[in-house]
Amino acid sequence: MSKQRPAKTALKSLLTTGAAVLAFSGPLAGMAVAETFKIGVVTFLSGQAAESFGVPAWDGGKLLIDKLNAGEVPPPYDTPGFGGIEIEPIVIDEAGGATKQVQEFRNLVQREGVDAVVGYVSSGDCLAVSPVADELQALTILYDCGTPRVFEDGSYEYVFRTAAHATMDNVALARYLKAQGVEVDSIAGINQDYAWGHDSWRDFTASMAQIYPDATVEAELFPAFGAGQYGTEVSALMRQGVDVVHSSLWGGDLQALILQASPRGMFQRSQGVLSAADHVIPPLGNNMPEGLIIGARGAYGLLSPDTPLNRWWFETYEAEYGVIPVQAPYRMVQALFGLKTAVEKAMDANGGSKPTADEIREQLRGLEWESPGGTITMALGNGHQAIQPTAIGRTVRDGDGNVVIGDIQRFAAECVNPPADQNSTDWINAGFPGAVCE
Amino acid sequence: MTHRKASHIVAAGLLGGVTLFLIGLLLPDWLLFTATKAAGYGLVALGIVVLMRGGLVSFGQGMVYCIGAYTSGLVASRLGVSDVFLLLAIGGGASTLVGLLVGPLIARYRGIFFAMLTVALSMVLYGILVKQNAIGGSDGFNVPEPTFLGWAPGVGASDLALYGVAVVIAATAATFCRFYFDSMPGLVAKAVRENELRVEYLGSSVFRITVRNFVIAAGFGGIGGTLNGLALGHVDPLFSFWTTSGEFVFIAILSGHVSVSAVFVSALILELVRSFSNRYFPETWQLLLGAFLLVVILFLPNGLGSLWEELSKRLGRGKPPPVPDPGGLERRKEAAP
Repeated sequence: MSKQRPAKTALKSLLTTGAAVLAFSGPLAGMAVAETFKIGVVTFLSGQAAESFGVPAWDGGKLLIDKLNAGEVPPPYDTPGFGGIEIEPIVIDEAGGATKQVQEFRNLVQREGVDAVVGYVSSGDCLAVSPVADELQALTILYDCGTPRVFEDGSYEYVFRTAAHATMDNVALARYLKAQGVEVDSIAGINQDYAWGHDSWRDFTASMAQIYPDATVEAELFPAFGAGQYGTEVSALMRQGVDVVHSSLWGGDLQALILQASPRGMFQRSQGVLSAADHVIPPLGNNMPEGLIIGARGAYGLLSPDTPLNRWWFETYEAEYGVIPVQAPYRMVQALFGLKTAVEKAMDANGGSKPTADEIREQLRGLEWESPGGTITMALGNGHQAIQPTAIGRTVRDGDGNVVIGDIQRFAAECVNPPADQNSTDWINAGFPGAVCE
Repeated sequence: MTHRKASHIVAAGLLGGVTLFLIGLLLPDWLLFTATKAAGYGLVALGIVVLMRGGLVSFGQGMVYCIGAYTSGLVASRLGVSDVFLLLAIGGGASTLVGLLVGPLIARYRGIFFAMLTVALSMVLYGILVKQNAIGGSDGFNVPEPTFLGWAPGVGASDLALYGVAVVIAATAATFCRFYFDSMPGLVAKAVRENELRVEYLGSSVFRITVRNFVIAAGFGGIGGTLNGLALGHVDPLFSFWTTSGEFVFIAILSGHVSVSAVFVSALILELVRSFSNRYFPETWQLLLGAFLLVVILFLPNGLGSLWEELSKRLGRGKPPPVPDPGGLERRKEAAP
């Protein structure tokens, strides 16, 4: 470095830094004052869960918010925005871990002044953000994450989850196997080696122990999250030759497993049972094997019910993005419809002014509303945790050779979710007491 | 090398701490939390700066950060210990202990081997924690609100109280480091970076210096981890993930090894850049963060700290810093009688 440089360099960088600081503080000073309902939306826009969950969810959310603001949604959601108030979303990337999410949550609430936060795919983020939400008294809607721990280990005033937790998926799979008359003497599982994989496998084996008491567990495989290569696991599973192979893999991991297991005939030897698989049908296309039993963590996408609201939603999404909506956008939409219902009820109660977080949470607790996936009821966790109907089906080819889902069986919310006063694991192990299946 | 008087260093530390706390009273809530978190991050990065002066960079400081956070978090949530100072001592102590165990094992490695070994160790810890379903597995667990010497601040005051503690710790750590850097052992550590063989010939043990630096860095990491665990109210295995360690290295590079206070400023700048780029460019924030680091490396190769040094020299003397001129020195020698 030459001798005159340091001073010049220092000045230059000072200017750069100053300009950067100004650039970032500018938008703060010029914030709009028009009354809107500000929602902080947090979902994966980068990283592993972006393609399968985060981006489709935000695509769905963005589309629905546009349609709501324009008043183009069919009844009962035909009032523009939330009770006439325009919805203003602020989207934040969920990548970066719970530490970053807690900080960004605080920023959304304390700096941006959002009226509600809708977000979180990762269970770790849900667990981390919930206590902060209560501390800041910020209305928070968890739209996707699966862990039952949020409301089973804790209790929050300002936190709600508008989707059922993961226990439902595995109870429904076990019930479906029985209802379809699948003979099961032996089962094996391949699940990701982190909390989601372990919890899913625990719920599935516990449910199978109730429904198929004589079936034995032959293999439990826990490949690393994001492993991508499953040659060894497939060999091990084929050697066992079990009746049923269960998996809660998702996203790229699930695509890789299916692509690597199908040519070796694993799904011919064993019945594949996948708890969260609908979202890999569009990317895999005709590589998706027939005869797999799959769930969508709710009655979503190809498993969704034929209602006017769902028909509108399915067609609108497909027309906009040229691909069918899978589970994530359904759950996002479900959360927004729930929030809209609660806000409008609160406005009815307070005479039509923009409601406070306290007024909204009063309405949200124990609320029931229609969503494209069916009726959502905030029945658990003291009215803060939703239960919902679900559906399981089997992959088949339609007349054009496309993979679709047949043999769809629907389960009522009370059939596959624990009652309000019971912990999921205890409920399964006690033999589903209080379950109402028609 | 400028040598500062001991009283000046302590005064600067005190003044810095008090000023920061007073600023804290004026800060909006969101910035208060960000500043607390930056202090925790800065503390870990300060540990890297200590190592950097000895010519080593640890890419695995997430390990000690995580050990501090997990130990104090478990003690807080399982044993019901809530005092923030006790928890900081426990977290810092646990990491120091690990530093004492690990330090001698890896102190003989240099350069990329040292860096990679530290990453490996931190990833081993990550792998172990992810599988521990009893303590939350990959989801981690929540840490209860801390108390301050028996005082439990309400919702409004707890952020400020924790910020106060963070400021005290940051100022103490910075003062300690200044003393250490200017002391004989600290200067010898700097010499290690230039010529290890010569340091050995001078009668100092490079091995011992490296272990000492590693243990200091580990202690800082543990305290930083505890502080952030308490501030966030949640601890998870990502604390030990390589990307977390990467952020610490990022802060250390941003600040350079010239100034100790620059580490905390760098940490805060990083947090702010990340947060605002995430807010206004949610889909490309990583790109912005990377571009920011590139700009710093291009224009400030010695980090933000060199900027301070430069400024204070110019303000202090009112003239450009002296330019080393070996030729001139030679001439003066010749001219002497």
